[in-house]
Amino acid sequence: MSLLSVRGIHKTFGDNQVIQGIDLDIEPGTVTVIIGPSGCGKTTLLRSLNGLETPEQGVVSIDDIEVDYASKPTPAQIRKLRSKTGFVFQAHNLFPHLSVLQNITEGPIYGNKQPPEEARALGRTLLEQVGLADKADAYPGDLSGGQQQRVGIARALALQPKLLLFDEPTSALDPEIVGDVLQLMRKLAREGWTMAVVTHEIQFAKQVATNVVFIDQGVIVEQGSPQQVLTNPSHPRTREFLRRILDPLADEESAS
Amino acid sequence: MHRWQLALDSLWPLARAALTGTIPLTLISFAIGLVIAVLIALAKLSSIKPVSLFGAFYVSLIRGTPLLVQIFIIFYVFPFIGITMDAWTCGIIALSVNVGGYAAETIRGAILAVPKGQWEASATINLSYWTTLRRIILPQAFKIAIPPLSNTFISLVKDSSLVSTIGVLELLRKAQIIATPTYDFLTLYIEAALIYWAICIVLSFGQRRLENYFDGHATV
Ligand SMILES: Nc1ncnc2c1ncn2[C@@H]1O[C@H](COP(=O)(O)OP(=O)(O)O)[C@@H](O)[C@H]1O
Ligand SMILES: [Mg+2]
Repeated sequence: MSLLSVRGIHKTFGDNQVIQGIDLDIEPGTVTVIIGPSGCGKTTLLRSLNGLETPEQGVVSIDDIEVDYASKPTPAQIRKLRSKTGFVFQAHNLFPHLSVLQNITEGPIYGNKQPPEEARALGRTLLEQVGLADKADAYPGDLSGGQQQRVGIARALALQPKLLLFDEPTSALDPEIVGDVLQLMRKLAREGWTMAVVTHEIQFAKQVATNVVFIDQGVIVEQGSPQQVLTNPSHPRTREFLRRILDPLADEESAS
Repeated sequence: MHRWQLALDSLWPLARAALTGTIPLTLISFAIGLVIAVLIALAKLSSIKPVSLFGAFYVSLIRGTPLLVQIFIIFYVFPFIGITMDAWTCGIIALSVNVGGYAAETIRGAILAVPKGQWEASATINLSYWTTLRRIILPQAFKIAIPPLSNTFISLVKDSSLVSTIGVLELLRKAQIIATPTYDFLTLYIEAALIYWAICIVLSFGQRRLENYFDGHATV
């Protein structure tokens, strides 16, 4: 059985139909990489999976929780669905007034009502795992972008979600530190975390993804193994997209 | 020379009136006023229409009427509805209600200035609305609101003199009481003014320290 199942998601902003009927399944322990041109609806899709965005239509089920957006789910239902997921934001959205350790323990202590001592012990273990054991008492503002994003990942892991959602976790980072974050994500994949990752890092997708989903204009154009979608894409739009991100200068050349 | 003597003799009684009247009056009213302000700010931000309308109504009423009139109404309304309330309590209620209306706008603006991503991140780690406010949003909002709130506080020190009109024994009232038998109101009022000024200078200094302190943990 799938861990995540999505049926018929539709999301409109004003008269902009951003998601136009998306179905998606994610199996436990797999990594799904979502790619597609800017503005095609990747973020909106990801946010619809945990109710940060409320689609007009569609059914999302994760683990044993099912939410049917068409039947106006209650905030409590959305919260249940959301508690199955962890979310890593492009802009990390760390809490600037809390220390690194507090950022991580905030959810366990104040969201899940775990004993603070237990949460702090877990927090320190997580900080070790993301390679920031010595930064527990630092504030987010004192960290580099890559370190901040690793704290963001630790914060998401702290609630031990069934499904980790990543929205372009490396897009805001300097190129030389992108690798740190991608390596951490690869490690998490190997540890068996189930992950859905929106990214433009094609190498990461090739090495780590179980499944690659290409979205364009709010629909899934093509999906399959990295081999199928990234190496031998069958759809012209996929080929065009890959050509453009793998060789950004190609367009200019052929145009002139 | 007589004047100087009077000023000197009344210095300690006036200072004591400031310490036991003006300052506690201001502190208590400000504290209660902040609580009112947070509630009114949240009411105004509420998606429940009657609640947000009430918030808007409160702010409009408080900011649209003179504080002196508010003080008189509160002083006379309690006996009217059969509740005995001493002048001190009336004074505190009036000042709190007033500060609540002004600070509500400051706090509402500050809450809106906290990036939306902070709410979203809180939602993803399972925090409820109230926990998110208490742990994540309000601490950041207060930091943003400190400069304007300090100004509100300093204004309140001066505005508290208005409750002298209902007989609250604070700095200005004390000055009047001392002046009455001597007929030398000018000396006593100047002296009272200098004490208010001194308090405000000290507070402005404290305000700067506070802002510097909070700048330490700036945004990411
Ligand atoms: N909150 C919003 N309000 C209005 N339009 C939005 C909002 N969020 C996204 N959009 C629009 O939806 C489309 C898809 O956005 P997004 O999901 O962020 O794309 P992607 O992540 O693939 O770049 C864009 O046209 C964007 O302008
Ligand atoms: Mg996006």
